[in-house]
Amino acid sequence: MLQADLTIILPEIVLSVYAMIALLGAVYTGKDALAPMLTWATAGVFVLLAAWIGTSGEGIRPAFGGMFIDDGFARFSKVTLLLSAAAVLVMSQDYLSRRGLLRFEFPLLIALAVVGMMMMVSAGDLMALYMGLELQSLALYVVAAIRRDSARSTEAGLKYFVLGALSSGLLLYGASLTYGFAGTTLFSGIVQTATEGHVSLGLLFGLVLIACGLAFKVSAVPFHMWTPDVYEGSPTPVTAFFATAPKVAAMALFARVLHDAFGGAVGDWQQVIAFLSLLSMFLGAVAAIGQTNIKRLMAYSSIAHMGYALMGLAAGTAFGVQALLIYMAIYVTMNVGTFAFILSMERDGQPVTDIRSLNMYSKKEPAKALAVLILMFSLAGVPPLVGFFGKLYVLRAAYEGGLAWLAVAGVVASVIGAFYYLRIVFYMYFGEETDDALDGGQSAILSGFLMVSAAIMLLGVVNLFGIEGAAAAAAATLVN
Amino acid sequence: MDNLLSIVTFLPALAALILAVFLRGGDEAADRNAKWLALFATGATFLISLFILFQFNPADTGFQMVEEGAWLLGLKYKMGVDGISVLFVLLTTFMMPLTIAASWGVKARVKEYMIAFLLLETLMLGVFMALDLVLFYVFFEAGLIPMFLIIGIWGGKERIYASFKFFLYTFLGSVLMLVAMVAMFAEAGSTDIPTLMTHQFSSAGFSVLGIHIVGGMQTLMFLAFFASFAVKMPMWPVHTWLPDAHVQAPTAGSVVLAAILLKMGGYGFLRFSLPMFPVGADVLTPLVLWMSAIAIVYTSLVALVQEDMKKLIAYSSVAHMGYVTMGIFAANQQGVDGAIFQMLSHGFISGALFLCVGVIYDRMHTRDIDAYGGLVNRMPSYALIFMFFTMANVGLPGTSGFVGEFLTLMGVFQVNTWVAVVATSGVILSASYALWLYRRVVMGDLIKESLRSISDMTRREKWIFAPLVTMTLLLGVYPSLVTDIIGPSVEALVSNYDTALAASSDAVQVASH
Repeated sequence: MLQADLTIILPEIVLSVYAMIALLGAVYTGKDALAPMLTWATAGVFVLLAAWIGTSGEGIRPAFGGMFIDDGFARFSKVTLLLSAAAVLVMSQDYLSRRGLLRFEFPLLIALAVVGMMMMVSAGDLMALYMGLELQSLALYVVAAIRRDSARSTEAGLKYFVLGALSSGLLLYGASLTYGFAGTTLFSGIVQTATEGHVSLGLLFGLVLIACGLAFKVSAVPFHMWTPDVYEGSPTPVTAFFATAPKVAAMALFARVLHDAFGGAVGDWQQVIAFLSLLSMFLGAVAAIGQTNIKRLMAYSSIAHMGYALMGLAAGTAFGVQALLIYMAIYVTMNVGTFAFILSMERDGQPVTDIRSLNMYSKKEPAKALAVLILMFSLAGVPPLVGFFGKLYVLRAAYEGGLAWLAVAGVVASVIGAFYYLRIVFYMYFGEETDDALDGGQSAILSGFLMVSAAIMLLGVVNLFGIEGAAAAAAATLVN
Repeated sequence: MDNLLSIVTFLPALAALILAVFLRGGDEAADRNAKWLALFATGATFLISLFILFQFNPADTGFQMVEEGAWLLGLKYKMGVDGISVLFVLLTTFMMPLTIAASWGVKARVKEYMIAFLLLETLMLGVFMALDLVLFYVFFEAGLIPMFLIIGIWGGKERIYASFKFFLYTFLGSVLMLVAMVAMFAEAGSTDIPTLMTHQFSSAGFSVLGIHIVGGMQTLMFLAFFASFAVKMPMWPVHTWLPDAHVQAPTAGSVVLAAILLKMGGYGFLRFSLPMFPVGADVLTPLVLWMSAIAIVYTSLVALVQEDMKKLIAYSSVAHMGYVTMGIFAANQQGVDGAIFQMLSHGFISGALFLCVGVIYDRMHTRDIDAYGGLVNRMPSYALIFMFFTMANVGLPGTSGFVGEFLTLMGVFQVNTWVAVVATSGVILSASYALWLYRRVVMGDLIKESLRSISDMTRREKWIFAPLVTMTLLLGVYPSLVTDIIGPSVEALVSNYDTALAASSDAVQVASH
């Protein structure tokens, strides 16, 4: 029995063992000198694991009495987050080592965070959920403050830690209430107690508190306050990481808790999620308008995007989960490309984050400017780019889930949001040439990620690279 | 040729790709190559598109030359033309080589300019041929990107304001349409346009927030589509983006905007609003008719006081589009025939008028009416051509402008006499602003010092106008060229509309008994 259980969590074990061996090895030997090699190795391990998980495993396989579930939904999420984490690691290697920030702990902390995320998306129990979430969060608190000599980075780490602790507290309180009123921490047990119309008040409180804690992790309004500051203060590669893999993991966990544990009481949480979604979309759209720092801008952009993803979740249907998965996969692809560009923004060797420095970038770097243009229109959700199809999926899910008003609000917010993406295009194409424009940033790796991501946005119009079927199968294992 | 429509649609995009990938360097030779390739590609597209016309059978009111393939989310890649769309396809392919030729003087970023126009052509053609809701939406919206860049990069002084206004205004209009499309998908279970045209959407009234909605879902969907097409058209009072966009866009951009992009709104009404939501359309017809009448009179009056030539023509476009919406929502054979005719003729005439402004703008770099006067003394052939198109714009019999206005007015007279009366006064107003413009720019003595050395049109410029003059005259004296092609399809559209309305009012009577 134990052997079967261990087989199921073998990918997680492999990654943990790798992280620990690498940590010990690096401490006793080369330390930071090994950091570039470790970064590449970790990214390689991520890609191998993604290939392994993506090609192996079928059906629903619970382990440890249902505390850990390996199903299509978990596999889809794991592949997405592993690949995005690998991409971000590769991208950050060049940036960090040139600024002397590349410590050997960085890739290993990311690896541990990824173990936590894999745990999160496979959680079948409130304890497993909390364990995965904390493993991820603790690693991320450290990573946010990795630039120890920078006040802003330290501040970002501290803010993230304090608010993260608060949200963990909320979540834990919710979990204990749920346990108290349902009598079990297993999702499969809770779902039997929490049926439509028979949810006790205590269970409802538990549900809402868990939702609050998770909303913090996905940075949904009104639990978003940390996002702009942490995004701005952290070193850019860390910001890129925050914007991608953890968001996928937290969103997947959100979907799993709501459907696996509270799937019988959709009516009880639909309004809450719809409300989070509405606020996130509008705040993300409106608050980004005044930003000139591209990292803060992307923070608000990610808040808005989480709003759209939550719209799919709010639908409460299998199609809604499918829409959510597709939206998240598209979202991370766009963000990897965008952050590849932000990482390459520099002048005199110093990183620049002011969007005014993009003035007339199209004259200097026509190909890269075009790629950024494509990404910006894709983020804004303008067809024929892939970002539009993500929106189309969630809109359809919301409409069919009876949330037509949310769909209307969502498209209105997307028009407001289009303004700030257009503003970046405006600087690059319509601006005036200034002295403090960007120079350098000729890293082939970053340009490669930027170009590939833009090409995906353009070519995905043909068939979305077939992720539709995979996402549908994944959603079907979660909601039935 | 099975894939004729796709070939026509994507040929310009292919040329754009070739330009983007293979054309290197920014010297004059590269610029020249870019221009010639763009001209060649648009010309070839026009020639191939003629085959669509030859193969087209006007007697068949269904969709022809249909291509179909699977796409994502259960959507289809489906293209086809019928009597309503086929001439818009030809209008697009006909106008594009002329716009490229008119852009010969562009100096800045020629390669990107040509790429933007070629992509725009693909997207515009796609709009007129798409037979899948979402495919239509993709083409419809994607056109905003190149147009945004054309106005923003190659536009005038206020280009940034104009490009943002253009983008956000039209984007807001069309996202509501997207929600309605999602709703249609949910209700009918298909995004296939021919299927949806025969589907009866529910028209049972219900209440939202205490407001009773007559016509129910149909009215709401109609309004959502209306938001998009009315902005695109543009109808009063959501027309304000157009004068800004027109004034700031480069000449070729204005031509494309006036000649083709505005027609997407009218086409949308004919393809979606009337056939799919007949009850909703019927409920709101009085509103649309009066909006059109107001548009005709109001924007004509506004045009009278303009100081900027392009702005004046832009307002005149809004007024002429008023005739189109009026004709469409008269929903009878004359009205709809006239509306399509008016759109085609307006494509030639307003395109030509913007080119006329472009000719003198290229020489003097100003569009202020006050800066000109007495051009006839130095530019006789220009004066002649400008005269011709001014008269066509006014609707002089013998030009295509007359036929469209006359048919739409006749159509609407049968439906709503008062609207027709108000709208007819627009004919007089259009004569006053157009002739006054002509008087101030061309007639009189050449007293302005700066105009002493202005030169007449070059041979290239004359050649650009030649096809437009031909078409305007040809359609003016022989309108059957158009009405024979569109007639059967329009007849089917109108009779389906009447049948659907009769069926729904029967249903209401049965329900009330």
